[in-house]
Amino acid sequence: MTTESTSYSGHNVSGDAPVAGESLGRDAWRRLKQNKAAMVSLILLILISAVCVVGPYLLPWGLAEVDWNAFSAAPSLESNHFLGTDANGRDLLTRTLYGGRVSLSVALVATFVSLVIGVLYGAISGYVGGRLDSLMMRFVDIMYSLPFMFLVILLMVVFGRNIFLIYAAIGAVEWLDMARIVRGQTLALKQREFIEAAHALGVRDRKIVTRHLIPNAIGPVIIYVTLTVPKVILLESFLSFLGLGVQEPLTSWGVLISEGTDMMQSAPWLLLVPSLFLAVTLFCLNFLGDGLRDALDPKTR
Amino acid sequence: MLTYTLKRLLMAVPTLLIVITISFFLMRVAPGGPFDGERQLPPEIEANLKAAYHLDEPLPQQYLRYMGNLLQGDFGPSFKYKDFSVTELIAQGFPVSLEIGGLAILLALLIGLPLGTIAALRRNTMIDYTVMGTALAGIAVPNFVIAPILALVFGVLLAWLPAGGWNGGALPNLVLPVIALSIQQIAYIARMMRASMIEVLGSHYIRTARAKGLSERQVIWRHAIRPALLPVTSYLGPAIAGIITGSVVIEQIFGIPGIGRYFVQAALNRDYTLVMGTVVFYGALIVLMNLLVDLLYSVLDPQIRYDD
Repeated sequence: MTTESTSYSGHNVSGDAPVAGESLGRDAWRRLKQNKAAMVSLILLILISAVCVVGPYLLPWGLAEVDWNAFSAAPSLESNHFLGTDANGRDLLTRTLYGGRVSLSVALVATFVSLVIGVLYGAISGYVGGRLDSLMMRFVDIMYSLPFMFLVILLMVVFGRNIFLIYAAIGAVEWLDMARIVRGQTLALKQREFIEAAHALGVRDRKIVTRHLIPNAIGPVIIYVTLTVPKVILLESFLSFLGLGVQEPLTSWGVLISEGTDMMQSAPWLLLVPSLFLAVTLFCLNFLGDGLRDALDPKTR
Repeated sequence: MLTYTLKRLLMAVPTLLIVITISFFLMRVAPGGPFDGERQLPPEIEANLKAAYHLDEPLPQQYLRYMGNLLQGDFGPSFKYKDFSVTELIAQGFPVSLEIGGLAILLALLIGLPLGTIAALRRNTMIDYTVMGTALAGIAVPNFVIAPILALVFGVLLAWLPAGGWNGGALPNLVLPVIALSIQQIAYIARMMRASMIEVLGSHYIRTARAKGLSERQVIWRHAIRPALLPVTSYLGPAIAGIITGSVVIEQIFGIPGIGRYFVQAALNRDYTLVMGTVVFYGALIVLMNLLVDLLYSVLDPQIRYDD
């Protein structure tokens, strides 16, 4: 571990190396490759993301384009509405892919927000220790017991349905576990010799936290991130389902599912198609998360 | 135990204060007010309405007034449901939400625990893979997808059960919402039970129990079940919170007159007092449930003692 950390700082000084330790990363990747379920999930996820990003350019319909000849049309290959249309004559496949962009972007950005807040908070709390630590952790305890879902719903109602707010609100909810995990890691790490060595060399606290503590705590953080992404997607669809997510004409899987629910008796595909996309994505993310945990967890070695 | 309980109850006070304060001010900085209807009210009438509900006072004064009333157990009148106080609305809606949520938790435990145990005992067999695969599907498919699909299949296509409505809590009306609400929790509980059971079965005292010739049934019922239940117990807090938030959607989908349905409607209508009432009520409920779960934990695990 000590040699690993020196290689981190060495790399960072030259400024051209990846943050994750190579030996750790390569080892985890090798183990992950042996896990078939995780690899299939990873490939499916890449496929879904690629289709969502590229697909709308290849399809003949626009996001809000109305086909006056096809309202609530069933899926068919002849009409170019491969998965049918909604009640307003808009192509379902096109909308599902656009919705996927929104859902996936929320997943990435909100997870990143929670990652940044959680890692910094946890690292500072664990590293400084003492009174500040117990104060900061007490705050986290209190936050834990808040009925967050309700506050997020309030937030969405109050500030209007804005995608940046969704990013921030969800990110602001999901950082608590991350902070706890990073704090635990930091507490364990700061006793180690290489941190002491850095102290002895006169490295400033801020640099010790960012250069030595955080990179070494990265394993559990990655595991937790893969578990956070599906939670975030779920939260976004939940909000969208309640009518508090993104605004027309923009859409997301949650919005589409909600619209599909209203129409499920006459046009069940409107419910089934976005549900399927959402479920497959969540399924794969969970599999991948499990696989990564097995690959990165030092205990299973 | 008593001191611990009291301490935890005291700690709940700042939590609830934060909840109340945040939601109060969030609600008030929101654009729009409770009297923005389709039709613009004449200014005099609006002013009168505002005065009647003390909305014309400065915010801090309103806040203090609200807190004062709250301390006396008064959540104030609802702005939208005229002639109803928020307390009355909650008193009406809560038994309904409680019935569905309580049954859902019960169902989740009754199905999740045996499933997880069986999967652990038949580890790496077809049974195990089937149970765990299904559980993963249960986690991956959110309840707001499961609920309409259940309603579509069993309510509309097969027409075995009503696809929605409450009908005074008749049994057929309960089935689908309770199932929809519990599926995700069944999946989580089964996974957790399997993991902790496997860990317990690998421990030394189980080996001892087997070595002294106890039957497999005795080993499991007498020695393995209780310690294996511990992690599941600590999950009950989040599970209850999950079911409470889930009920917001489920009640909307099935048209059930519980509190969850009020909440979203009220927030969209700027029904300040009703939103506040629901948030405070649910906040208190979640805090209380977490406390109960922790106490239950100490009952199950003799290693944990809260009296210091």
